Amino acid sequence: MDKLQLLMLLALALFSVGLLGVVIRRNLLVMLMCMELMLNAANLSLVTLARQTDTTAGAVLVFLVFVVAAAEIAIAIPIVLLLVKRRHTLDADAYADLKG
Amino acid sequence: MEALLQQFDTLLLYVFAALSLAGAVAMLVLQHPMRVALALVATMIWLGAIYGLLGVHFIAAFQILIYVSAVMVFIVFVIMLLDVRDLSFTQRFSKLLVPGAIAAVVFFLVLARAFWRNVDSPLATTTAGFGIAQFAADFLQTYWLQFEVTSVLLVAAVVAAIAVVKADQRDHG
Repeated sequence: MDKLQLLMLLALALFSVGLLGVVIRRNLLVMLMCMELMLNAANLSLVTLARQTDTTAGAVLVFLVFVVAAAEIAIAIPIVLLLVKRRHTLDADAYADLKG
Repeated sequence: MEALLQQFDTLLLYVFAALSLAGAVAMLVLQHPMRVALALVATMIWLGAIYGLLGVHFIAAFQILIYVSAVMVFIVFVIMLLDVRDLSFTQRFSKLLVPGAIAAVVFFLVLARAFWRNVDSPLATTTAGFGIAQFAADFLQTYWLQFEVTSVLLVAAVVAAIAVVKADQRDHG
């Protein structure tokens, strides 16, 4: 198997695992971490394709993803802290008020 | 000697890929959030090693600096900050375990098949690639607008984080 195929398959697998984690895990912080894993998988595919085409556009995009990840965590963590302050639990099922 | 080194590189790439995938799978099955966080840190470090092998050393360095150092330290800090008496983490999976697993496998297969059909040229590992000098010049000359928008995004994130905390203080007097 070629290196490109290996790395792209790894990126796809990491993204699928991250998505699966967001769906099946109950803990809010674990779900957040699985979202970080999905961002990492996207980064891996960007770096691989930037390396294949030998252009810097992919690397620039990776840096923008770094910034988005930092901003996402900076907003998501206070929200999680406030939710826990109200219900005293990290279980996502405790916040199912909008369910019909 | 050169061919031997090339083969060693390929072997290392396979090892790092397997280790990062193992870390990701460990994130799914481990129970305590702290262990999940450490598995994610391991996955990120192995991905940084892969970036190093690919020759983009500055991205490997920033992967460690930003993800492992800043983001994950923040998450670990919050895990330790939260109530240790909350035992909700002992129930790991939601009701969607089986349909979610099936959907994730189908998702992976569909994407892999789409990628497999479109792959044309192999990975250019023989060329030197681009260094940080070329990257920095491109970043600040061609993509300067995105760079500036990034700073606006960061300011917006900080303001939003403060607004979230303030809104809670207002609700609770």
